Amino acid sequence: MNQLQNFTKGFIKENPILVLVLGCCPTLATTTSAINGLGMGIATVFVLVGSNTVISMLANLIPDKVRIPSFIIIIASFVTIVDLIMKAYVPDLYETLGIFIPLIVVNCIVLGRAEAFASKNNVLTSVIDGLGMGLGFTAALGILGAFREIVGSGSIFNYRFIQGDGILVFILAPGAFIALGYLIALVNRMKKQ
Amino acid sequence: MTKTESSFKNMVMSLTLISMVASACLGFVYEMTREPIKMANLNKKLNAIKQVVPEFNNNPNDEMYKLPTGEGDSLEIYPAKKDNITVGYAVNTYTSKGFSGNISLMAGFKPDGTIINITVLEQKETPGLGTKMAEPAFKDQFMDKNPGEFILKVKKDGGPIDAITAATISSRAFCDAVQRAYNALQKGGER
Repeated sequence: MNQLQNFTKGFIKENPILVLVLGCCPTLATTTSAINGLGMGIATVFVLVGSNTVISMLANLIPDKVRIPSFIIIIASFVTIVDLIMKAYVPDLYETLGIFIPLIVVNCIVLGRAEAFASKNNVLTSVIDGLGMGLGFTAALGILGAFREIVGSGSIFNYRFIQGDGILVFILAPGAFIALGYLIALVNRMKKQ
Repeated sequence: MTKTESSFKNMVMSLTLISMVASACLGFVYEMTREPIKMANLNKKLNAIKQVVPEFNNNPNDEMYKLPTGEGDSLEIYPAKKDNITVGYAVNTYTSKGFSGNISLMAGFKPDGTIINITVLEQKETPGLGTKMAEPAFKDQFMDKNPGEFILKVKKDGGPIDAITAATISSRAFCDAVQRAYNALQKGGER
């Protein structure tokens, strides 16, 4: 597998949300608008790339029996760094995403990539994997967020083009499930062709 | 490079080392972001104060004092003064009657108790429903009203306020918070 394939697999073929259906908690909860979805995605990209880099470097030094606790410490550190940086420089976005930034620690994608990929591959491959997977995650969150914002609030990137209410259910939790379901169906259909 | 063996000594050592390096990194980032976080919080507060009171040239944050609400706690009052004459009070008020969790508002009053403007500092209401309380369509109903004669209640409860569609609880909570600010200020005036 060359590096380009390694990078692009995160977008469609192994997209963490649309195909592997990992990390659904932040996906469903934070995609009430396009900005929120993208912000969450970008925070996750940083954590994924950071943890993949460090874990692939240390993989051989960490004894097998304590590898999961070690990975978790590394991931938690990166998450806390993102948390502090966002609090300092993008306080508004930080407030909207709230608890879901600290919860990146338990995002299945991050530990999943650490265990399944970074611990078995070299640094460069792992960084590219983290970047591809993270951007695939971001893209899925962005699309879902944009869709829910357009249909639910009649606006896009906080720019209102319909006055009054949208279809409110898409802003609420059930709408997240409905929208995600259709998005997954669409991707499955695309993959079959 | 061969894999490190899972002996007791190796496990303890690797975990200790990783934790130590991780905490050092976190300490460093914490130090680095401490000032910007403080600044961001302060700016947010000052911006909120600026929005709800007339032009002032003192520093309301330094002259902040607390007034009791009569319910066992107290609210932060930020007096806004222009050339040493009080032009308004920004009150950091709250309510626990929100649909999900506390709502925190900054309400601005003229010295006679008339509401100037209100901004939402913190809320966890339903996106797209309760969050509309921050929009002018709802909160402008409070502008230039004096709670002394203007009943802070939604129409369902017999008051004059149009509640937000599908978010009556959030609208009620908003009224409750403003009322609390007004009460504290009135009592403080008698002191």
